[in-house]
Amino acid sequence: METKMESKVDPVVPNTSGRTKLHDVKGDPRRKAKLKSILTYTAFVGPALIFFFVIQIIPFLMGIYYSFTSWNGVSSAIEWVGLENYKRIFTNDEVFFNSFMFTTKFMFAAVIISNLIGFGLALLLNAALKTKNILRTVFFIPNVIGGLLLGFIWQFIFVRGFASVGELTGLSFFKLPWLGDETTAFWGIVIVFAWQISGYMMIIYIAALQGVDNSLLEAARIDGANNFTLITKIIIPLILPAFTICFFLTIAMAFKIFDLNLSLTGGGPFNSTQSVAINIYQEAFQNNRYGLGTAKAIIFFVVVAIFTTFQVMATKKREVEA
Amino acid sequence: MDQRYTKRTFVLEIIGILLAILFLIPFYFVIINSVKSFSEILIDAAALPTEILFSNYAKVWEIIQFPRAFWNSLIITVLSNIGIVLISSMAAWKMVRTPGKFSKILFVIIVSAMVIPFQTVMIPLMKLGGALNLINSIPGIVIMYFGFGVPLSLFLYHGFVKTVPVEIEEAARIDGCSQFGVFWRIVFPLLKPITVTVVILNTLWIWNDYLLPLLVLQTAELRTIPLATSSFFAQYTKQWDMGLAALMLGIAPIIIFFLFLQRHIIKGIAAGSVK
Repeated sequence: METKMESKVDPVVPNTSGRTKLHDVKGDPRRKAKLKSILTYTAFVGPALIFFFVIQIIPFLMGIYYSFTSWNGVSSAIEWVGLENYKRIFTNDEVFFNSFMFTTKFMFAAVIISNLIGFGLALLLNAALKTKNILRTVFFIPNVIGGLLLGFIWQFIFVRGFASVGELTGLSFFKLPWLGDETTAFWGIVIVFAWQISGYMMIIYIAALQGVDNSLLEAARIDGANNFTLITKIIIPLILPAFTICFFLTIAMAFKIFDLNLSLTGGGPFNSTQSVAINIYQEAFQNNRYGLGTAKAIIFFVVVAIFTTFQVMATKKREVEA
Repeated sequence: MDQRYTKRTFVLEIIGILLAILFLIPFYFVIINSVKSFSEILIDAAALPTEILFSNYAKVWEIIQFPRAFWNSLIITVLSNIGIVLISSMAAWKMVRTPGKFSKILFVIIVSAMVIPFQTVMIPLMKLGGALNLINSIPGIVIMYFGFGVPLSLFLYHGFVKTVPVEIEEAARIDGCSQFGVFWRIVFPLLKPITVTVVILNTLWIWNDYLLPLLVLQTAELRTIPLATSSFFAQYTKQWDMGLAALMLGIAPIIIFFLFLQRHIIKGIAAGSVK
């Protein structure tokens, strides 16, 4: 206790000029104020920092370490294996590679479709509709339900609901083997993801559209711009920050897809819709290969970080200062 | 864009309403089939029920121990929210009001952590959680939510504090108010709009979270609503009559929460993401 106190005070003392050494810390008002400001800074920032470091940063660093071991999650002996896990993932893990391919393809499809729908709905609901508040609420509802329950809901829709609709209407679209076939299962997850996320994107786009100056649009219309040029040449460039945010959010969400995927297809048929997140989960908690699992998780982190940083940089560059 | 109500607006209105109906169809399927018998679901899932059966709900209520799961979800969500709001708002305010390299670096580290996928930290977190006695306990999972909630919440508070004028705080300090006094009596009430956003975003996330509770809360008594529903499905696969009633019970609380606060939620989300 005594030494700890001293080490806290010490750096402050020699910091100032020699004569203050004669004084007690308590005696110098400037130093007392500095110490006090450090203490209040710690009191305010400390709690958030402690929880953040203990729950996120320390496990993250531990993860980097475990990724070089053959730890099975149970034994206390953790054996260092160097790059063995990484070598194995890159050369001899087809399932992981396939899950990465699936996740990347899914990400592109999901991001494009949910942003198209979200932006379209925003344009629609930015008009002076009488029902616009109700409609916004309706389109947002799927967002408040967790991915897990949404997946179960849609499993029922695909399996029983679509079959009934198919019989009623005779449309072959509804008679497809939804969730039973690689291609349809892929698009099934895309549909559910878009259904869930579009409303969220719509809200962000509406907020951005409301910031667009009406007189600018009037002027362009007088100059003879049609709706299409109005949207592509004026509205979209003006609200690019919203696109940056929406793309960032959807890329991150699509990449990390877990609950929805788990309850909707469980990764099937034949692992064809297994997301990276599910693959990592299974490796660690079902195969009990924690070392290998963390190595996958570190690769996953690097890919997500690269994708999102790249995207934010790419769209940020195009933003215009309004 | 058009502020007058024209023929074109009317057409758009009809399109909007039709799309909304299309969006809601999945709920129609869940609601009507949750009160049908199993054989009736198999005959035609799109048809209205010939007889409304509430027995599905009664059975599921018992099996998933709905009141307990609801209580667990509620207590975890409320406690996590309180903690996240307190620690993030305090930290964000102090960091904005203490400009300098240290605050800046700290802010960058915390915000960058938002790109860390949960899967990257979950395995070591379980080991660390075991050592710190955080596993299988509600306070344990709440503490974990504190840690995961900090980056986004601090980011939102940080952006908002910058728009709060510093003059009032200075006046209060001259009048002899302590730092804590200034924060709790003056700053925190001013942060209310962003606090609403933070609480909404965290509530939707924590209430619906599945993986962390799955890993941390292993005993049946501690199950949250998503856990209870999924274990029900695992046990009664394709028992759609009861399954759909379980889903309705699972989604009802959060939908009611949303419908009551929808104006704030939609406004809060817009503010939170554009800032």
